[in-house]
Amino acid sequence: MFAFDLLEPYGFQFFRNGLVVATIAGALCGLLGVFVVLRGMSYIGHGLSHAVFGGAAASAVMGINYFIGAGVWGIISGVLIGRIARKRLIGADAAIGVVTTASFALGLALLNRYGQAQKSIEAVLFGSVLGVKPIDILAVVLVTVLTVVLILAFYRALLFATFDPEVAEVSGVRVAWVEALLMAMLSLTILVTMRVIGTLLISAMLVIPASTARMLTNSFARMLWISPLIGAATAGVGMYASYFLDTSASATIILLDALVFIVAYVTAGARSRIRMASLGHL
Amino acid sequence: MLKTVMGLMKPDSGYTEIFGQPLDKVRERVSYVPQRESVDWDFPADVMDVVLMGRYRKNNLFKRITKEDRRIATEALEKVNLLEFADRQISQLSGGQQQRVFLARAMFRNPDILIMDEPTSGVDVRTRHEILHLLADLHASGLTILLTTHDLNGLAAHLPRLVCFNNTVIADGNPREVLTSQVLEATYGAPMEVLEHGGMPIVVEHGPTRVRGEGK
Repeated sequence: MFAFDLLEPYGFQFFRNGLVVATIAGALCGLLGVFVVLRGMSYIGHGLSHAVFGGAAASAVMGINYFIGAGVWGIISGVLIGRIARKRLIGADAAIGVVTTASFALGLALLNRYGQAQKSIEAVLFGSVLGVKPIDILAVVLVTVLTVVLILAFYRALLFATFDPEVAEVSGVRVAWVEALLMAMLSLTILVTMRVIGTLLISAMLVIPASTARMLTNSFARMLWISPLIGAATAGVGMYASYFLDTSASATIILLDALVFIVAYVTAGARSRIRMASLGHL
Repeated sequence: MLKTVMGLMKPDSGYTEIFGQPLDKVRERVSYVPQRESVDWDFPADVMDVVLMGRYRKNNLFKRITKEDRRIATEALEKVNLLEFADRQISQLSGGQQQRVFLARAMFRNPDILIMDEPTSGVDVRTRHEILHLLADLHASGLTILLTTHDLNGLAAHLPRLVCFNNTVIADGNPREVLTSQVLEATYGAPMEVLEHGGMPIVVEHGPTRVRGEGK
């Protein structure tokens, strides 16, 4: 009986599509989240998704394809943030704040002035995991494959540039190039996931699984496995739970992420207390 | 200034050369040790991970870590007396051990010149001695070391050659000749006195005492 119930939502095409996209998006955000968290740029997911909103609004108003309009906008914002932050006149967090709020405001103003497409804008803000189109699945899969390939290929450069950018640069790593690459991947990820989980919740998916993974391991390489696994598992299970609880899919996924985070936080805290205590006896 | 030499900052004017050539031509022969505080030591990595970053070259981007790499890393750790800490998380190292991890990573490249930025900033006396001895050993083995420091008594006085620099070269030579009150005042813009103790120059800042004396 129970198994029959569990399979019930699987009978719906819209649920199957949503499940696939949410799970892959969870893994993708978890993977990139490792770099976002270790570079102390957690705010960037939040910021960039708002910047992409500006692009989405602009392309809706001008009748341009969503992926092209918002994509170009997002990459420009990402590069702009990187440029401003590198100058060190202001911190990276402030750079993100300036560029993304301006972009978001421009999007809102455009919509106010030429008001249309109200519905799809709501979908952009809050996500509509059950309104997933085949092109969304294709886009998420493509970006995921691209991201995995790039991270595997440039693993050493990414690790070096993340831990110690100065010496990496001196050793011949093109740090500015590596940073632009990360920014571009992040923008692409936000672009293809925002219709699914919504701009407001992307930042959580970028931050929570990676932070949880950081508490579970002390190895950069293992973090790159654990974080996407947590992201994918919570997204998949969260989708199912949302069907039975009749709650918003994106909210359920994030709450599940937070729950896993809390469990890891409590157990990691207990472990380090035990370790401290044993050190005290030495 | 070191950041300009290492190509991390563009000079306002002029250019820098190492071994008479631009940095890009001699990158393989140069190792850079930044200030200890320049990285986040909570980063998820162990000592071996960090030392192995030293193998990064432009032309081996896609090569996997080989047994030979691990052997070189082990040798580098041995040189800085850190072999037993190879599996230790970098967050669990003392300041001196962190500085030695950086040194081991720099030695991995088997450089002809080692460039260090303030190697003794923010370390305790014992660690400073450790680093000093280590640098002396490396220097004795034929390595050229160029370092910056504000630590006059702890570090500068023990070096074979000292250049005092403030916009321009103020003095250059043996610390015993260079460390005089005139040179130091021109370098730091504050009055300083040089005493002698056991054949070594000792620099004392007497600015604050004088101010207090006048107040009385």
